[in-house]
Amino acid sequence: MSEFTINRRGLLKTSAIVGAGLAMPTIFTSAARAYTNEPKGGTVTLGFNVPQTGAYADEGADELRAYQLAVKHLNGEGDGGMLNTFSSKVLKGNGILGKKVAYVTGDTQTKSDAARASAQSMIQKDGAVMITGGSSSGVAIAVQGLCQEAGVIFMAGLTHSNDTTGKDKKANGFRHFFNAYMSGAALAPVLKANYGSDRKAYHLTADYTWGWTQEESIAAATEGLGWETVAKVRTPLGAGDFSQYLTPVLNSGADVLILNHYGRDMVNSLTQAVQFGMRDKMVNGKKLEIVVPLYSRLMAQGAGKNVKGIFGSTNWHWSLQDEGSKAFVKSFGQEYGFPPSQAAHTCYVQTLLYADACERAGTFNPCGVVKALEGFEFDGMGNGPTLYRAEDHQCFKDVLVVKGKENPESQFDLLEVVDVTPAAQVTYPPDHPMFAGGNLGTCSAGA
Amino acid sequence: MDAVLLQILNGLDKGSAYALIALGLTLIFGTLGVVNFAHGALFMIGAFCAVVVQKTLTLSKVVLSETEKTPWGTPKEIHTYYVQEWFGDFGLVLQDYSVPVAILLALPVMLLAGIAMERGLIKHFYKRPHADQILVTFGLAIVLQEIVKALFGANPIPQPAPQALQGALDVGTMIGFDPGVIVYPYWRFIYFVFAAAVVSAVFAFLQYTTFGMVVRAGMADRETVGLLGINIDKRFTAMFGFAAVVTGLAGVMYAPILSPDYHMGMDFLVLCFVVVVVGGMGSLPGAVAAGFLLGVLQSFAAMNEVKAILPGIDQIIIYLVAVVILLTRPRGLMGRKGVMED
Repeated sequence: MSEFTINRRGLLKTSAIVGAGLAMPTIFTSAARAYTNEPKGGTVTLGFNVPQTGAYADEGADELRAYQLAVKHLNGEGDGGMLNTFSSKVLKGNGILGKKVAYVTGDTQTKSDAARASAQSMIQKDGAVMITGGSSSGVAIAVQGLCQEAGVIFMAGLTHSNDTTGKDKKANGFRHFFNAYMSGAALAPVLKANYGSDRKAYHLTADYTWGWTQEESIAAATEGLGWETVAKVRTPLGAGDFSQYLTPVLNSGADVLILNHYGRDMVNSLTQAVQFGMRDKMVNGKKLEIVVPLYSRLMAQGAGKNVKGIFGSTNWHWSLQDEGSKAFVKSFGQEYGFPPSQAAHTCYVQTLLYADACERAGTFNPCGVVKALEGFEFDGMGNGPTLYRAEDHQCFKDVLVVKGKENPESQFDLLEVVDVTPAAQVTYPPDHPMFAGGNLGTCSAGA
Repeated sequence: MDAVLLQILNGLDKGSAYALIALGLTLIFGTLGVVNFAHGALFMIGAFCAVVVQKTLTLSKVVLSETEKTPWGTPKEIHTYYVQEWFGDFGLVLQDYSVPVAILLALPVMLLAGIAMERGLIKHFYKRPHADQILVTFGLAIVLQEIVKALFGANPIPQPAPQALQGALDVGTMIGFDPGVIVYPYWRFIYFVFAAAVVSAVFAFLQYTTFGMVVRAGMADRETVGLLGINIDKRFTAMFGFAAVVTGLAGVMYAPILSPDYHMGMDFLVLCFVVVVVGGMGSLPGAVAAGFLLGVLQSFAAMNEVKAILPGIDQIIIYLVAVVILLTRPRGLMGRKGVMED
């Protein structure tokens, strides 16, 4: 029979070995990697994931220009742009938390799988601590989900679907851009004032998350005015020739055509609607009107003079005269020779807001950044005072109603702002049915 | 009834484009036996001929204003069109008619593009399996579309029809319907007439010229024609060029209907292969008939009344028709015996 004995030296040695063994998981995980891609050297890498090919490539190119400008300003180069007008004053032009800002870019191709693959590569291979960009809600929602799993922050670029901060919201995702509900709420009073409350609307809708929520939002807003919805017709994304979807409008009895299309689809559907004589047609004793609920200056350029007199909404426009917008237009115009698009504006602002949140939190840890952005109120970035609502990570700010300009002075001067809808008028409760479902969850630091 | 008539009209211009592209595709397949997946790229190049002409005619002299400034503080640029400066009002008319003018550029460009494609690449793949031909031509299509994207960007570039030809004709009132329920844009009528003229010219060329007769003989039996001392290869190369011209013209004239972008060839390619297969591989009348048939059917499938019964039918109709026709007539509507059956 053996006898178990232990001396002092043996006890010490055993304790040391057991202690080291117990400490192992923390040595190789939490202590060494507190969160995904914690910046170790003198730089911090941001991932700009934009459509460089596909239907939204022009917007992607403009987003990339804005990101590069934001990086310049954060690193203390150029005139500082909106750093000078931003109400928060923690950014000093010395990078973020003393680290120089570097960036990598990816091509989403406006496809969810390609966007996820490129975001994954930027997180895993390039060590990006924040991903931003996109020009399609389908892509934004897919990448937002990935960033939540990976434990990095996602600062959404151009995404207008209610679902991004509705049923698909995530704790690590933040949206500065407005959404379809806000477009409806802002547009409705202007449509009533111009077209009355006795109208029959025909919807043509891009068949994906953004189109569905926009159709729902605009139909609800116009039905609230007393308008009747005659038909809601889904069209495939990138249909090209929309004539077979447009011609049924002619004998439907509708006197308003609502084009829930964006980018290339909107350019084609609007141009073809005009070709079919829809802007000169009288129905029910009224002139047939066309509405494009979500406008962008780049789209208006594509559609040319067909946009004249057509109402829509937009997140931001370069003609705004607040100090922040003027500073951004000046910086961007001097750098590139033309004014920025709304996509460029939102992407630039998102980058500065992320950097500011890191500074205020004193860390790049996503959970610290989330805390710093939730409920954050700011001004000086265009659109007036803005709130990043904690409940769903959606920004609430003034929304612009615009109209295609009758007499443009230049190729960039295509839209005129006809109304600035106050933030209070487009704000909705977090549990609004159009945003119901899903769960914000808790922040993820990955690692 | 008015809705049905409208969709028939609607299918005509779509069908015209399908028919012209499929006709070019069939000419190449029928003469050279090559399955050309770069054919959509030829349609795209045709459309970009219109873009090049428009861009050339809108080139402008830039002078910096001494008094006016941009919102970002730099001197404002004042643009004056060179054509207006050189030719006055006639220059502006030229600008307005840039799409029809582009046909003059498209004719030599497409002929040369077709011949270069055949001599430079495709001739090396005649004796290779169809799979190899598909791979190499598909690769070529991607290269061509990337070049166009690098040169012109990814966004569509609007090509308006001439001012006088914009607007729509109220067809309904001419046949007793209420005003405004059956209207059809002038340019789409022009496209249909243009397509009909090109198709007729191709058939007349093949039917009534010696060159066409030799080509048809070569299509039926290449070796025997060669044994008669006729250099059939040269004629077939020329046919590749002609096929490229037909497809390129389809692209130029389609530019006002669908603003050209780098991806438009790929968008049409798959549809046109379905058209060729439905019409019967190698059959020229089959390609034309199937082009119009599928164009019109696609328009009908998009009617709300049809979609209410069969949701999503507009997305799959042409593939559904292809399946039904191939199950009942494996050679397609007018396919020749022996083609693709070895």
